[in-house]
Amino acid sequence: MAADTDTDTEHDAEHGHGNHPSPGQYVEIGVILAVVTAVEVALFFADIPRQVTVPSLLALTAVKFVLVALWFMHLRFDAKLLRRLFYGGLALAAVIYSVVLAITLL
Amino acid sequence: MAADTTDAVTDDPAHPPTSFGVSNEKMGMWAFIGSECLFFGTLIATYLIYLGRTGDGPTPGEIFDIPFTSVSTFILLMSSLGMVLALSAIQDGDMRRFRTWTLATALMGAVFLSGQIYEFTVFVAEGMTLQASPFSSAFFVLTGFHGVHVFVGVLMLGATWAASFGGRLTPRHSAAVENVGLYWHFVDIVWIVLFTAIYLIPAE
Repeated sequence: MAADTDTDTEHDAEHGHGNHPSPGQYVEIGVILAVVTAVEVALFFADIPRQVTVPSLLALTAVKFVLVALWFMHLRFDAKLLRRLFYGGLALAAVIYSVVLAITLL
Repeated sequence: MAADTTDAVTDDPAHPPTSFGVSNEKMGMWAFIGSECLFFGTLIATYLIYLGRTGDGPTPGEIFDIPFTSVSTFILLMSSLGMVLALSAIQDGDMRRFRTWTLATALMGAVFLSGQIYEFTVFVAEGMTLQASPFSSAFFVLTGFHGVHVFVGVLMLGATWAASFGGRLTPRHSAAVENVGLYWHFVDIVWIVLFTAIYLIPAE
């Protein structure tokens, strides 16, 4: 029985559909996302210097981005190859942005 | 129940062993999402470059309605929660719960789209048309393309929901639902970035 369980676990890990979060964990992530969004909007309306709000907003956006990608899109649990495809696309997008920005500033 | 789910996955004829250890459909969806990162990355770069070029048209600070867009953002964010709960339901073999969450997700997507159409209508009425300035062109192209992606996602969710009634979509096909979910979450993740980049970080 134990051997069967191990085999199933290995199969799931290999094929990328095992160990997904439970509905309760999904709801917890959803609540965190809602709270972070509320904090973002509060930051926008708060009378705080731009030097503080902009980095804070970027950090909170990164938190939401990572939570959705790792938990809702299962990148935390799926095969590494899928992570590389996604991170590769993000890295190329960052390169394009940098190149366009550099051309614009020159 | 758990045993049924495992059997459904391992016996799925649509999920043969592959050299990468990942189904071709899932690999294809992630490759598509990777390419979409480039697509939206380019549009966001264009928008940020033209952010200050408002010409005679309204500036972002004058035209954006942050409370309204915040509610739309919240609805789209919660639709992602609905999507994962739908996936969890079909993986558990609970088709009734799956239909409920899939329909709720599609409806939340439709509400977000309605809000975007309303917002566009208000902007145009206040003089921010597609041709008003480089800023307005970049804004409408960027958010418009995102809206088209949401529309396609709503159609996919609707088709998935409808297929579950005729027996064409069963717990054995949960991998297909996961792929629809990946697309939907990507649309949500793009909006997470757009909401901050366009609406919350004001131009000086």
